[in-house]
Amino acid sequence: FLPKRLLQVMAMMLSAKPLVALGTRLAQRSSRFASTLVVAEHDDEKLNSITLNAISAASKLGDVSVLVAGANAKKIAEQVAKVENVKRVIVAEDEKLKAQLPERVASVVLASQNQFKFGAIVAGASAFGRGIIPRVAAKLDVSPISDVIEIHSEDTFSRPMYAGNAISKIKSLAPVKLITFRSTAFPPAKVEGGSGTIENAPSSDVSYDKVEFLGQELSKSSRPDLQSAKTIVSGGRGVGSAENFKLIFDLADKLKAGVGASRAAVDAGFVPNDMQVGQTGKIVAPELYIAVGISGAIQHVAGMKDSKVIVAINKDADAPIFQIADFGLKADLFQAVPELTKAL
Amino acid sequence: IAGMRILVGVKRVIDYAVKVRVKPDKTGVITENVQHSMNPFDETALEEAVKLKEKKAVDEVLAVSLGPTKSQEVLRTALAKGADKAILVEVDDATAAKLEPLHVAKLLSKIAQQEKVDAIFVGKQAIDDDACQTGQLIAGFLDWPQAMFASKVEPDGAFFKVTREIDGGHDTVKVKLPAVLSADLRLNEPRYATLPNIMKAKKKPLEKKKLSDYGIEVTQQTQVLEVTDPPVRKAGGFVDDVPTLISKLKEKGVL
Repeated sequence: FLPKRLLQVMAMMLSAKPLVALGTRLAQRSSRFASTLVVAEHDDEKLNSITLNAISAASKLGDVSVLVAGANAKKIAEQVAKVENVKRVIVAEDEKLKAQLPERVASVVLASQNQFKFGAIVAGASAFGRGIIPRVAAKLDVSPISDVIEIHSEDTFSRPMYAGNAISKIKSLAPVKLITFRSTAFPPAKVEGGSGTIENAPSSDVSYDKVEFLGQELSKSSRPDLQSAKTIVSGGRGVGSAENFKLIFDLADKLKAGVGASRAAVDAGFVPNDMQVGQTGKIVAPELYIAVGISGAIQHVAGMKDSKVIVAINKDADAPIFQIADFGLKADLFQAVPELTKAL
Repeated sequence: IAGMRILVGVKRVIDYAVKVRVKPDKTGVITENVQHSMNPFDETALEEAVKLKEKKAVDEVLAVSLGPTKSQEVLRTALAKGADKAILVEVDDATAAKLEPLHVAKLLSKIAQQEKVDAIFVGKQAIDDDACQTGQLIAGFLDWPQAMFASKVEPDGAFFKVTREIDGGHDTVKVKLPAVLSADLRLNEPRYATLPNIMKAKKKPLEKKKLSDYGIEVTQQTQVLEVTDPPVRKAGGFVDDVPTLISKLKEKGVL
């Protein structure tokens, strides 16, 4: 005969119910600590710095895995493995992944998700991240969350709406969180100090042929990239012409600053559109933002109001930009800007 | 493609020039008695479809909106600007408040299949939720190619050649139809609806449907806990001249 206690244990082992319950509990617990997949952005030469911001945001959600998909992904993977907090790097190298077309990268993300069951799949809120994250979300039938600026817990986030004039605190009920992070809201992860393992991505079909990449034209500039520049000088309609923008460039060069523009300046053809700062352009938050000849429309302010120090140079004392500027200089920019450049 | 048809998704939003105000109870922003109009990016998407029709590259433009009864206004505007017909998928205010881009994308995907359209044009983002998701979600649901943030669209047989705005400049992709495109601001300059066209638009077909007609349920995946004002930034005042400005910036440690 067997002791009663042992019988009970045996009965428990035979009955699936408690085991299922235990399994569920474990699954719930593990999902709480499930790791996060960061979809890396790069140009097959180097990692885009926005991925570092996304990695630092992702590390608040748990262990960080990074997916590097591309034609030259192994090289990028080695860089990524050294980034702090990166535990695992998943590599998918294929000529078809050149230019990281969302239709094909999505297959790799989904195959990785099937294998590793991440709690969150995230990227920086750039043209690339915004292209890929919602496409993957549709395949998983979940609502993505865009442009997160604050993480309260694994399912609660804050994000701006209405050109930054309202902040929405939301709770996501989605089984997997598909998120893009606003780069300026999270410091970049350090590029040293990590020792992530590198492994190949599970196989996936990247032959999607209803799209073809024909080429790209990037604005050539020796100036710092807008999103990572410590100082930015921006020009608006008041600058008057493309030729006059030289004033802005000269000042920027003196300050080793990036150059931005308002929509008015872009629409007037003074500068290319990838320089636009605002709700629908780039969101920046440098140490110093100098707005020259910019009135300060809601849509422009949405892109720069988190700058540490804002300077406005405008001849119209009633321009709304002065309402958010730390230092306002009511002056003719054609005199003030050269004077400033010379004095520096 | 002979008989090409384009579906354009349009959204009624608070007008871009309005300074929105957050409700005191933090449940959202004040929308009552506030000027609304068509989302500017949707105007651009619509304009492109109408232009393609004028170039005889497209035969029919179908405008679709999901929202409360008042969304009918933006569809009438779309018809006045050159859309041929419109579908309003009407929801009550309570449901409208719960809509997410996911639901809109499911609906547009369904209508696109039913209406057998060759392309879906949407704006790159709505200026109220600033989500920038709908076009990509649709492309995901339908497994169609996506050309987001388009600044130039050239029809090329069964393809569209699309120039896209990317962070460092622009790139060009060729997508096979059917495809989803989202419009960036620089795609075109939307036209104004003229009075005669506004009058004519009243006779164009505008069908009213319900979400249940398409078998779509609004199950929330994103709960809004609260909506608040952003931190207020205080003006620091004026400085007299350039030398003062420089010394102040040095004091702050940013120069």
